[in-house]
Amino acid sequence: MTEMKERIRLHELPPGKSACIEAMNGRPGIKRRLIDVGFTPGAAIRCLYRSVAGDPTAYWIRGTVIALRAEDAAGITVRTAEEGSE
Amino acid sequence: MKPLQKHACPASYTGVIALAGNPNVGKSTVFNALTGLHQHTGNWPGKTVAVAVGSFSIEKERYKLVDLPGTYSLLPHSQEEEIARDYILSGQADAVVAVCDATCLERNLILVLHLLSVTDRVVVCLNLMDEAKRKGIGVDTEKLSHLLGVPVVGVTARRKRTLAPLLTAIRTVSSRAKGDPVPEVGLAETEEAAAALVSQAEEIAEAATSFRSADYARRDRRLDRILTGRPWGYIIMTALLVFLLWLTIKGANVPSRILSDTLFKVGDALAALLVRWQTPAWLRGALIDGVYTVLAWVVSVMLPPMAIFFPLFTLLEDIGYMPRIAFNLDRPFHRCSACGKQALTMAMGFGCNAAGVTGCRIIDSPREKLLAILTNSFVPCNGRFPILLALITMFFVTGSALGSAVMLTGFLLLGIGATFLATKLLSATVLRGEASSFTLELPPYRKPQLGQILVRSVLDRTLFVLGRAAAVAAPAGLVLWILANCPIADKNVLQLCAEALEPLGRLMGMDGVILLAFILGWPANETVIPIMLMIYLSQGRLSDGASAAQIRQILLENGWDWSTALSTALFTILHWPCSTTLLTIHRETKSVKWTLLAAALPTVFGGGICIAMHLVLSAAGL
Repeated sequence: MTEMKERIRLHELPPGKSACIEAMNGRPGIKRRLIDVGFTPGAAIRCLYRSVAGDPTAYWIRGTVIALRAEDAAGITVRTAEEGSE
Repeated sequence: MKPLQKHACPASYTGVIALAGNPNVGKSTVFNALTGLHQHTGNWPGKTVAVAVGSFSIEKERYKLVDLPGTYSLLPHSQEEEIARDYILSGQADAVVAVCDATCLERNLILVLHLLSVTDRVVVCLNLMDEAKRKGIGVDTEKLSHLLGVPVVGVTARRKRTLAPLLTAIRTVSSRAKGDPVPEVGLAETEEAAAALVSQAEEIAEAATSFRSADYARRDRRLDRILTGRPWGYIIMTALLVFLLWLTIKGANVPSRILSDTLFKVGDALAALLVRWQTPAWLRGALIDGVYTVLAWVVSVMLPPMAIFFPLFTLLEDIGYMPRIAFNLDRPFHRCSACGKQALTMAMGFGCNAAGVTGCRIIDSPREKLLAILTNSFVPCNGRFPILLALITMFFVTGSALGSAVMLTGFLLLGIGATFLATKLLSATVLRGEASSFTLELPPYRKPQLGQILVRSVLDRTLFVLGRAAAVAAPAGLVLWILANCPIADKNVLQLCAEALEPLGRLMGMDGVILLAFILGWPANETVIPIMLMIYLSQGRLSDGASAAQIRQILLENGWDWSTALSTALFTILHWPCSTTLLTIHRETKSVKWTLLAAALPTVFGGGICIAMHLVLSAAGL
């Protein structure tokens, strides 16, 4: 299963798929804000759904749902998990 | 019903307790449950911003309770988070109650750890224990308390009985002598330190929480997919707006009429009484025809719709639908280089623009906050609904509450459209800049607390807004009556002013009287229609009962037709903000320049649209 894993940026993670945060890049302001709500390397994250207009996207992280715009999610590198639930 | 003021003296408090917590964890519920009606400052719009202060007792000892704005960490990103941070670091509190949502402990613990890095006088209050239980989430409070080194109590704030252990813990922690050694961890300022706290929160949460099912949030996800997904997201939002307005119109109809009949009868009785006491005619006129009539109008027209609209609106807030609106509308706001949270402040503006302007503190970026402030009055507030509604029922849709609601929704959508246009315009000119980052939490849907909704929305919102309107309407009534009854060359001052404004009014498809009414109605838009009628009737006397049919007759006799009504409705939505809103804008921006722009922008929009429409209609010969 490990060969299924790939390193992508968070906004490329399709709805329904899970991943693990590898690195936080992005602008300093947003980076600190994201860390404060729980986006840190090693955290499990799942893409839930996109808004009615296609952006932003809701993510499941640390037991809560946080919505991010694509441009902000692009600053987060994730490693996709093997095919799991859903 | 007024807030108790007798505990205003700080010396009488045994201690000062601060409530801190993430947004949407039921902090306000804990605050309301502890203080009851002992609140010195209202909660409006405290659900989202501003500091609410109240008091409560533990065995005859009185404590002051400060409800801080919701925050995620002690490194503030927005103005309201700054308020919370500054208060905690100031050391004014004898104890900080960290309110946590038991259903998502891990993320909530991050703030608790931040708090513990600067003070050890913390009580962790795990709220929503009932919801956690329902979702199959178990939290071992003893273990958690052991791991954190501070008292942890599980409560369900909506059930007051469960708060007893919290009171005991507050008393223990706050009575501890000051000067105890404070942990020397210090504020987590670097990203590394913050990330370390997050990892620590993860470990502690894992040790203290047990999940029976991993899929406890499934129902929320399903609901979200309908309420924020294609194709229903926008459709449901609009339908909800129509439904909300329909309920308000339908429900307010009868009480409004009863109230109006009663108040005008009381007015007649008062007038008769004054006659019997042989008071001079001018005094009678000023008091009854001036002060009382305008006051009665404002109360009977405003109170019923507000008493229905505000609880319904609070209900949507309570359920957790509001963040979904921001989620749905972020894209269009993003296109205007603005923040999706502007959707929330816009929604608050439907209640009261002054509240909406204050609410803009939730927006992180100063540029985007300014965009939201300057465009807030593009959506009509509760004080302007009655004008729109009166115009709709008199000239467009008669007898159908649903039809009126649909048309009113149309006007509101127009206001929302103008908001986008103005935001786009501003961010292309004076407020140029890139959209900043955007993080929005979509909290779990909650079962609404109907009792609390009713009490809070009536006390904090309805009576607050009505009181403010009445306070303005009474003196305004007096001034108007004097102006209407002071003849200069056999015309009164009001008629002279209206004549001066006539050409401009005509150009806008209205007349001088209407324009004058908008100008005189600046302190409270609720008074625009009564002012209009007073001037038309020139005697400064509203006919008794003033039913819609009577008013329509008066307007028709003064040259109104459907296009006059349409222009007036458009100008109602788009003109200068009321005085309270402008003062609030000045307070929030601390700039005369921005305040003036906030006044000019909607006026130019509304004036422009009215003139354009008038020219088109004239050319078309309508």
